Amino acid sequence: MFPIVLAILLLDSNQRPCPSSSSTVPTNTPLPRRLIVAYSPSIAVFDFAVPSSCIPFAVPWTVLLRGVPSQLSALQPPLRLQILEPCPPDIRPCARPSRSLIVGRRMKGGLLFRGWKTLTSRGFCSLNDKSLRVCVIGSGPAGFYTAEKMLKAHERAEVDILDRLPTPFGLVRSGIVVNQFSRVASNERCSFFGNVSLGSDVSLSELRDIYDVVVVAYGAESDRSLGVPGENLTGIHSAREFVWWYNGHPDCRNMAPDLKCTDTAVVLGQGNVALDVARILLRPTSELQTTDIAEHAMVSLQESTIRKVYLVGRRGPAQAACTAKELREILGMKNLQVHIREADLVISPADEEELKASRIQRRVYDLLCKSATSHQGHGFAGQRELHFIFFRKPDKFLPSEDQSRVGGVRLEKTCLKANGLSGKQAAIGTGQFEDLNCGLVLKSIGYKSVPVDGLPFDKYRGVVPNVKGRVLSSDQPENVNIEQGLYVVGWLKRGPTGIVATNLYCAEETVASILEDIDNGLTASPSGSPKPGRQGLLQALEDKNVRFVPFGGWEKIDSKEKLEGQLRNKPREKLTTWDELLKAALG
Amino acid sequence: MSMLEAAHENDIELEGACEGSLACSTCHVIVMDVNYYNKLEDPTDEENDMLDLAFGLTETSRLGCQIVAKPELDGIRLALPAATRNFAVDGFVPKPH
Repeated sequence: MFPIVLAILLLDSNQRPCPSSSSTVPTNTPLPRRLIVAYSPSIAVFDFAVPSSCIPFAVPWTVLLRGVPSQLSALQPPLRLQILEPCPPDIRPCARPSRSLIVGRRMKGGLLFRGWKTLTSRGFCSLNDKSLRVCVIGSGPAGFYTAEKMLKAHERAEVDILDRLPTPFGLVRSGIVVNQFSRVASNERCSFFGNVSLGSDVSLSELRDIYDVVVVAYGAESDRSLGVPGENLTGIHSAREFVWWYNGHPDCRNMAPDLKCTDTAVVLGQGNVALDVARILLRPTSELQTTDIAEHAMVSLQESTIRKVYLVGRRGPAQAACTAKELREILGMKNLQVHIREADLVISPADEEELKASRIQRRVYDLLCKSATSHQGHGFAGQRELHFIFFRKPDKFLPSEDQSRVGGVRLEKTCLKANGLSGKQAAIGTGQFEDLNCGLVLKSIGYKSVPVDGLPFDKYRGVVPNVKGRVLSSDQPENVNIEQGLYVVGWLKRGPTGIVATNLYCAEETVASILEDIDNGLTASPSGSPKPGRQGLLQALEDKNVRFVPFGGWEKIDSKEKLEGQLRNKPREKLTTWDELLKAALG
Repeated sequence: MSMLEAAHENDIELEGACEGSLACSTCHVIVMDVNYYNKLEDPTDEENDMLDLAFGLTETSRLGCQIVAKPELDGIRLALPAATRNFAVDGFVPKPH
């Protein structure tokens, strides 16, 4: 919990560095580059060497300077000192200082420096200052955080962000982060290219030829499948598509889920997405009228006859995948009867262990318990109901009487068994079945990423094999090579989990790997000639007649949507077809 | 003034990625003395939601943007955790540095 002492580098009285026993630098290493320490009132230069690799990012570190010259000793703490980046001795120090340090205390014979090394401290001091051409594929949070950090960390980086949609930001269409990302896109070293599809408009190998660094950040646009009979019956959809539909995603504009054929919907899964779709189905539509929900969905929901939603999970309340905030939102809905069986809330010692280990799970479980006891009382006809069903997994889907669509789902009762390897408990079928009638099924069991040509892919885990964001050429551990210049971030790297902020740390890790590789010359092209970057992309797109949407094009879409929204007292009225979007952006 | 703002004013490296809007956990601090911790108001549900995701959470952890300076807190000592990244919602355990 306290700052870790990572490296203590000592200067002897002649001011030559000698690594201490706690440093990782062996004594016969050639002298690292000179570190320039600046202090008020003037710059003093010490032959004081700190190998960059000794100081990880974003972690406190401590350095002890012994035998300091008399000028420093005379100054009174707290002293404000800045450590400038290591520079080759024959050229000017780089202008950008790293974070300043404050002297902790005076030790016997020296001064103790304690501080942080952050990504922003990475300056470049070569006379041969080369531009760095970066391509980020995917403009969701992962892509934008990566772009932001690359721009901050490298003064000459040019970052191009590609997205197959004309609109940026991925799943985050609005909110605080969008403002932040818009600032990134407005940076003159950053360009957005919408309506550019990886694979069909430009291939991964072409991009790797054009750019020094390519980062794949295109997330997860497919679904895990259950693999049970009847999965193809009409009326069974993935929750992801349903969410795209009501959010106005152009790919699901014509999905037209039938919400009038039944009063019961079954949602398989109990994660945040499952709660989201349940909430949309159960919320009074008057409340939705002032949101930016797509108009076609609004009409459909107003005519909906669905009044009961079942949230079905294979395991118990101690394993529910949702988080407290989302659960509070749905449990707090007015005029909603929430049903949770008390018997399901009984927890085993193994459950207790899991809850002890995870604060998140504990808070979710507590919320479910509280809800079970407080939501009693009689309902009225047509009242909306939310049922949490635990310990059930789908065995097959049953057709409706006229065989035209789904009529129900057969569930198998489960019990939990400890999985020795992972420590988690798995749901095992018990051979007892029961049927649940419904006319709509939404599968919310996880998103899945889609592989593309030329990109190594782990089919089992549904991610790109990588180490700290560096893409590996094979998912076999024995035969691993690092793909030069190719990196991954976000859901495509970690799997489709976490929240928006999770990508902040994910991007930090990947960008740290990129910067390390640049430092070690691992991203330089073998021929030595610079890559064409943005110009190369523009040429490639022109050759294929691709009409890309620049950030200004998105701004036109944004303005139009907001204008239309104003007429209807909504924050915006989304454009939901490819034609409308491209016309607004480029027409 | 919140502790996050105070840190920035004094050049202390406390990241506040969401600028104090309870949308991240990068300003996670540990209150070193329990009696000072008890003087603080209970965290709201929203703060708890974000603390859920903080790395190296302790019994006296709070978000720096939610601790507002007042005379009763004079002398409070806050420690910065060893790392402010690698949290996960799904139980992923980050490797130590």
